Amino acid sequence: MTRRLVAEGVTLVRDVNLSFGHGEFVAITGPSGSGKSSLLYLLGLLDRPTEGQVLLEGQDTVGLAPPAMAALRLRHLGFVFQFHFLLPEFTALENVLIPIRKLGALEGEAARHSALALLDGLGLAPAAAKLPEQLSGGMRQRVAIARALANNPVLVLADEPTGNLDTKNAAAVFDIFERMTRAEGRTVLVVTHDPDLAARATRRVHLVDGAVVSDRQV
Amino acid sequence: MNLILDLARGMLRRRRRQTLVSVLGVALGVAFFIAIAGMMRGFQTYFVAQIIDVAPHITIKDETREPPVQAAMLASPEGAVSVRGVRPQDSIRGIRAAGEKLATLEAMPGVAAAPVLGGQALLRYGSRDVSATLLGLDPERHRRVSNIEKDMFAGRLEDLRATANGIIIGEALAQRLGVGMGDTISAISPAGVVLSMRVAGLFRTGIQNVDQGQGFVLLTVQQVLQNRPNTVNQILVRLADVTQAEPMARRIEARFGNRTESWEEQNRNILTVFVIQNAIMYSVTGAILLVAAFGIYNIISTVVFEKTRDIAILKSLGFAEGDIQRLFLVQGLVVGVLGAVLGCALGAAMIEGLAQVRFGVDTPAGQDRFVLSRDWRIYLIASGFAVASSAVAALVPARRASRLDPVQVVRGAA
Repeated sequence: MTRRLVAEGVTLVRDVNLSFGHGEFVAITGPSGSGKSSLLYLLGLLDRPTEGQVLLEGQDTVGLAPPAMAALRLRHLGFVFQFHFLLPEFTALENVLIPIRKLGALEGEAARHSALALLDGLGLAPAAAKLPEQLSGGMRQRVAIARALANNPVLVLADEPTGNLDTKNAAAVFDIFERMTRAEGRTVLVVTHDPDLAARATRRVHLVDGAVVSDRQV
Repeated sequence: MNLILDLARGMLRRRRRQTLVSVLGVALGVAFFIAIAGMMRGFQTYFVAQIIDVAPHITIKDETREPPVQAAMLASPEGAVSVRGVRPQDSIRGIRAAGEKLATLEAMPGVAAAPVLGGQALLRYGSRDVSATLLGLDPERHRRVSNIEKDMFAGRLEDLRATANGIIIGEALAQRLGVGMGDTISAISPAGVVLSMRVAGLFRTGIQNVDQGQGFVLLTVQQVLQNRPNTVNQILVRLADVTQAEPMARRIEARFGNRTESWEEQNRNILTVFVIQNAIMYSVTGAILLVAAFGIYNIISTVVFEKTRDIAILKSLGFAEGDIQRLFLVQGLVVGVLGAVLGCALGAAMIEGLAQVRFGVDTPAGQDRFVLSRDWRIYLIASGFAVASSAVAALVPARRASRLDPVQVVRGAA
């Protein structure tokens, strides 16, 4: 894959050529403004490259119309951001249910059951009926991860997912990511500038000024 | 769609007070429209019914719409010399061949016609003189074209025949003259004929002009009084289907040549007032709904502004632009529909409240209360307009929300 983005005369990501296999746990590191997040949004189909291709499961996505890209995000991708972005009016369970209901593959009790199982798997069963404001920061971020996993995505993209968490909660989040890659065979891409956490990934991509300067398998 | 509705409900619930104010705004607009439209429509239909009830549907007159062409013009229409000040030929005024025309009209289905000779007369009783318009009529035929008998509280139309030189006058006219039933008054016509007449009946229509200045006499008596033997100067027509008045009038005019006016033409000034009334009503209630629409625009805009993050996450989760637009459009529609429902209830309550009002005096229309229309179409128009304006008001912020770039929002929040 090659992609480059030119916005307002600034090249955010230049001549990047990367491919990720199933079950890889990738940490994307680099100094501030190095284009880590931009790369993630390009890979997450939230943004389009000015040149090049983004292939998902062998399918080129650059020429797709916005609704088709939205459909791909819904079915194959899961996002976790630094901020949890849970809808404040809805309980943890309802938040996890939103992508499931949007996809519509599961309905009614089955959808509920699936969402509850996800929450339970992340140790959140008691929090299911609570509103985000009633949960701790670590729990909110885990609910956000559960929501990202709602439609069983092949690729999970996380942008500084532990940025607002203490070390204990941050480690718990990485535990979850490790399990997702090893046990569930998902690909996880994490943007982080915490070297301790990055060390837990199986592959580390380092960016400087929008270009890949190192790509190491561990 | 269920999901969109649930999301919309959640977002509106967060702004409960603002939502309530917007709903109330719409509701007030709808309610006022219903109340005002109910009053106006009620009054207008009542008024029209009164006109149709009392007045003839069609009046055929003894004149033509265009002044008659003079003989000199007929002789040489392209004449090089124009003669001014030609005195028109003195012809006997009146509808020519009235009997034949009456017979023709009567032969048409659903048509009743009656001959009338109208003319001025001075009524004198003692030292009091009051001028009045006297209508010479044929009681049997007249009853079929006018409901005046309904307004008579003393005597009947037939009494004109039973009484020698009988006259039926309005209540107010009788009071001005100081006469009652059975009194004898003098009638003096412009033709100089003086007749002694006996009051054979009294009526009260509630319309001042009529009660103060009209009288009914037998057609033959009027012809003597006006010195116009065998003359009729109006034919009054009543139709089984009043909506046909205007086309029927045009057909009659085309056939007889006489100026023929439908009740609509005769009351055009009032009907024009109705049009203006309706325009005022629509602009006032439209203004209320416009203000309400701005309220909706405001609340949806605020929600969109506050929900930027939620919009971003929904988009990243896989909601397309159309979904986001629908999400906020639905919120506007919810406010509009709630407002319309509440407004209809409020409007119905206002109508019932107005129905309780008593003026304490009889209005000229003969009513001491509002005549109210409870037409369901008024409710439909008001609700439809409210919901439509809500949708339009929500559309602008909804489109803005749908175009939001999630990347920028997520970056801004981080």
